[in-house]
Amino acid sequence: MARKIMFKDAINEAMRLEMERDESVFLIGLDVAGGAGTATLDKERDSWGGVLGVSKGLYPLFPDRVIDAPISESAYIGAAVGASACGMRAIGELMFSDFMGVCFDQLYNQAAKFRYMFGGTAVTPVTIRTMIGAGFSAAAQHSQSPYSMFAHVPGLKCIIPSNPYDAKGLLAASIQDDDPCVFFEHKALYTMKGEVPEEHYVIPLGKANVVREGNDVTIVALGRMVQFAEKAAKKLAKDGIECTIIDPRTISPMDWDAIYSSVEKTGRLVVVDESYDVCGVASDVVGHVTQDVFGALKAAPQMVTAPFVPTPFAANLEAAYLPDPAKIEAAVRKTIQAKCAATVA
Amino acid sequence: MKTQLSKEDLLKAYRKMREIREFEDRLHKEFATGTVPGFVHLYSGEEAVATGVCEHLNDLDRIASTHRGHGHCIAKGVDIMGMMAEIYGKKTGTCGGKGGSMHIADLDKGMLGANGIVGAGPPLIAGAALASKLRKDGSVGVVFFGDGASNQGTNFESMNMAVTLDLPMIFVLENNGYAESTSPNYSAKVGTGNIADRARGFGMPAVTVDGNDFFAVYEAAGEAIERARKGGGPTYIECKTMRYFGHFEGDAQTYRPKNEVKEARVNDCPLNRFVAAVTSEGLVDAAELEAIDKDVLALVEKSVQEAKAAPQPDLADLMTGVYVSY
Ligand SMILES: Cc1ncc(C[n+]2csc(CCOP(=O)(O)OP(=O)(O)O)c2C)c(N)n1
Ligand SMILES: [Mg+2]
Repeated sequence: MARKIMFKDAINEAMRLEMERDESVFLIGLDVAGGAGTATLDKERDSWGGVLGVSKGLYPLFPDRVIDAPISESAYIGAAVGASACGMRAIGELMFSDFMGVCFDQLYNQAAKFRYMFGGTAVTPVTIRTMIGAGFSAAAQHSQSPYSMFAHVPGLKCIIPSNPYDAKGLLAASIQDDDPCVFFEHKALYTMKGEVPEEHYVIPLGKANVVREGNDVTIVALGRMVQFAEKAAKKLAKDGIECTIIDPRTISPMDWDAIYSSVEKTGRLVVVDESYDVCGVASDVVGHVTQDVFGALKAAPQMVTAPFVPTPFAANLEAAYLPDPAKIEAAVRKTIQAKCAATVA
Repeated sequence: MKTQLSKEDLLKAYRKMREIREFEDRLHKEFATGTVPGFVHLYSGEEAVATGVCEHLNDLDRIASTHRGHGHCIAKGVDIMGMMAEIYGKKTGTCGGKGGSMHIADLDKGMLGANGIVGAGPPLIAGAALASKLRKDGSVGVVFFGDGASNQGTNFESMNMAVTLDLPMIFVLENNGYAESTSPNYSAKVGTGNIADRARGFGMPAVTVDGNDFFAVYEAAGEAIERARKGGGPTYIECKTMRYFGHFEGDAQTYRPKNEVKEARVNDCPLNRFVAAVTSEGLVDAAELEAIDKDVLALVEKSVQEAKAAPQPDLADLMTGVYVSY
């Protein structure tokens, strides 16, 4: 059995291994070493290793390639893009995905479009790592999961790991990938432990993971929502309702084959996303499934998402805001009870 | 020391500073017990900045604040009971429990909100100043921001726009020596060591003052605000100060020299310096200041007790207040 490590350590390990393998890989972000300009920073030790310690220990190993940036997201995320367009393979850490607004042009008009605009000649192998997720009383500007805004842009790849094993393999794949990748790390998963091999490995981008197999309902769940879906599925299994859980792992590219073939088997679909159902991943999955495998559906697909409001601060409101196993269970039961108009008629 | 402040003004300013210190020190203690939710960034040590500036302002003047916003709120006159309840996420809070520490706002007081986005304030206050200019109401806009935030593009763009449009706007830089763990010696390398020199390059008056000296801040702010009110355009004031706690509550502060805060608390505390200045010249009796201390202690105690006892928001509140109409 492989050793168990935390999600954040898996991310750290993936960065370390890629930096060891490839000298063009570097990390730039706020306080990714920490203590820059103070007496505490020396080449023997970093001070913080990132605000939550995700890059701890990397600075002493790669003092020239772990770079603290001024609080200038537009400039340093843009520089990660620019350096990557010039032969480097940058990892830009955007501390919270909520800060995307400060630097978005560099990603959606620049990194995403170079290759197409330049007639297929440009290669921009940048990886942006960024935190997502509510559940910490961090309120409306530090709790969002805005990945659908990135996934909406042709030219960007969007990766959302749900466990330590995937985090390591998907981050390695993202860093090695020649396209701009945005890698979303749910802060509630950082301390999640799981089996992670010590050696280097990659998980291909665009391949979903079938977390659990069952014949009655297909649940598509993202990031932290995978755990919630598993809880709901276990409970439902006691009542004889067997769920397949599909973790797409990347939402751009999306593994439609995996989702379609499961829905063709089960005829029922529930999509669970911590973000909104307005122009989001959940509505996107439901839309594609409805368009492409409509004939297989035995019931109307259901979406379990956050309501269309900013993330509230108060604990009781935030709990009501977030999807949870009970909401997923209820949605699954609804698909079991409902009859699809198409089959009734 | 020369000051034009009346005794009443001095007592008022002292009360504000004491309120900020007591509020923040108390939150530090409460946070350690695990009862305070969310990210909390405390302002202890920087009281003279918010107070020295806001003592010149009225409710029509707008300020924008930062993630470290409690001090600006108190200095601008936001109700302490409501603030504490907000930080505890309660229905009785300034924002009904929806915003928390990082988003306390009171628009009636001209307080446009603490802010979770570093560098978000300068453009907003450029807008407040532009509105004032268009309405010709004589009000000013003041943006507080840190040494870290001084590196944000929004800051540079706003400096240029404030000069271009001749806006009644004051940039107040709170240089406390750290942006999280990063020193401005690294991230804001201005040859002279004074970040304010950047502003001069944009063509506006800029000063660097001792931010732990209430009177120095008060004087610089007074001059800048008067100029702005008269149509004289923007000013940049850099206040050198220190935060006494971690970047956020729970920060182990491994990047910091051990005695830095201890020594500052003894030698350079803005409240102690204020007390020494006003009592040594007989402007105010020590007893009057002590009476304020007692008052403030009781007020903060009451705010914590009431915040803890207050009800959570109603679940129906989750869906309200997103749009005016939808
Ligand atoms: C756009 C953006 N980038 C990064 C952060 C994370 N962050 C919050 S406070 C902070 C440091 C700010 O330093 P400074 O401006 O000096 O203010 P201080 O904390 O010292 O008061 C950082 C990096 C953020 N909230 N917003
Ligand atoms: Mg600072």
